[in-house]
Amino acid sequence: MLELKNIHYVVHEGDEELHILNDVSLTIDDHKLVVFTGPNGGGKTTLAKIVMGLVTPTSGQIIWNGQDITELGITERAKLGISYGFQQPPRFKGLTVKDLLTLASGNQKLSKDMCCQYLTKVGLCANDYLDREVDVSLSGGEVKRIEIASILARNSDLMIFDEPEAGIDLWSFARLTETFEHIHHTGNATMIIISHQERIISLADEVIVVGDGTIRHRGSAQEILPQILADTLGGCPVLTKEVKA
Amino acid sequence: MMEHEIDRELLEKIADMLGKPVGAFNIRKDSGCDGRQCTENIEITNKEDKPGIDIRIKAGTVGETCHIPVIITKSGINEMVYNDFFIGENCDVDIVAGCGIHNCGEQDSRHDGIHTFYVGKNSKVKYTEKHYGGGDGKGGRIMNPQTVVYLEEGATIQMDTTQIRGVDSTKRNTKIVCGPGAEAIVTERLLTHGDQIAESDMEIVLDGVDSKGRVISRSVAQDESNQVFYPRMVGNAACFGHVQCDSIIMGNAKIKSIPAITANCTEAQLVHEAAIGKIAGDQMLKLQTLGLTEEEAEECILKGFLA
Repeated sequence: MLELKNIHYVVHEGDEELHILNDVSLTIDDHKLVVFTGPNGGGKTTLAKIVMGLVTPTSGQIIWNGQDITELGITERAKLGISYGFQQPPRFKGLTVKDLLTLASGNQKLSKDMCCQYLTKVGLCANDYLDREVDVSLSGGEVKRIEIASILARNSDLMIFDEPEAGIDLWSFARLTETFEHIHHTGNATMIIISHQERIISLADEVIVVGDGTIRHRGSAQEILPQILADTLGGCPVLTKEVKA
Repeated sequence: MMEHEIDRELLEKIADMLGKPVGAFNIRKDSGCDGRQCTENIEITNKEDKPGIDIRIKAGTVGETCHIPVIITKSGINEMVYNDFFIGENCDVDIVAGCGIHNCGEQDSRHDGIHTFYVGKNSKVKYTEKHYGGGDGKGGRIMNPQTVVYLEEGATIQMDTTQIRGVDSTKRNTKIVCGPGAEAIVTERLLTHGDQIAESDMEIVLDGVDSKGRVISRSVAQDESNQVFYPRMVGNAACFGHVQCDSIIMGNAKIKSIPAITANCTEAQLVHEAAIGKIAGDQMLKLQTLGLTEEEAEECILKGFLA
């Protein structure tokens, strides 16, 4: 179980104090698929990064399986079973797709068959990709899919995906949602997915809407989706005013 | 360490030689000859006017290897060696050179070598050179290799050079002249640390029509070390040349990278790219999220970069 208690994250820009996260508390039970959604700049990614240790909160506590991990570094959290798929994954000159999957799996003798399984789940063919370097020769969508495959290879108890759909074509996206669904139904992992996609939101046990550094709403996909749509269709208040005037 | 153990370690590091090699070889140890084997197609003879050897490879020799490692196990050696390779037409051979210095003494040990290759028509040569310095003495381990290659029509050379740690000072000079349809691919790997100094001066001259040149240089400079790269590509005909220099800079190191391209013909297509930067923060973070410590992540990035 993951518990976040009274998380604050404050940054200073000149004399101004910006509250990126403001007293966020939430609990995510094991094996749940939770989607974080909400407007850009609302704090979703910061909240997810705080769980992985990529961002240190100004105050608050993070409890993972009963252990306070607030003071632990990224590596230690990774070893305790937390993984993180970056929205914009880095590229590595000289590291091949096989190297990355091997590192992620923690198994030096990771077989080609296993690599093939991970890559197929993100719509890539192992024969074409295993020996390729994860460098600028790959497109953004390819790097993104390899990133997701690395999280699948890691097979940890808590998988966090930051906008997995970004940069991925429609066909691969369909394959990806199937993969998330499959992990959710058969695996033992808890998943946090940051997403704006209705199709991913509809897979969630719970949807958490993060905005202005707080949790605005939380509930089932059926409850939350109509609210999101209503908010989205609200349009621009300035424009609306002009029309009224 | 026993003397023969030092020899074995050096030979393994620089020439991947475990036991007696297959094919032709010449082992130069502390300025003398420590072993030689010729084959029906590869003849190795001493030079008569100066230190060094001549290697003659018969036309049509395919699939053979030739190892010519140099090892120095004593302090205070200073040598200049000339090795010339005469490779006939239509050959396909692997040549493995390299120099290992194990210096346990106070005085510098220095090996300067000039390798000249005359590669005949349509021959294919893979030339691998590794440098290694070991031993705990205060004396420097200094290597200054010079490589000169003449490629006749349709000939190719793939030259891989590696120097990872241990060599205190190196000044490398490489010149390759490509005839019509000839191709030179040079891959350079270098890691310096401590207060080491490394300089690499390279010139690829694309003289013949349809000749190609490619230089891929990857280096890592750590601590207080200093590196200078000066790869030049000259196009004198309809040709294609590409120079790519990538360096990772760490600690208080300094790197200077000066790629130059010169076209003396309107049909010459020449490209250069050069980049110097520290290890990207997001690369470190990504590997840490896979359970690697900061040290392991750094090692993994450098190992991949120099692979």
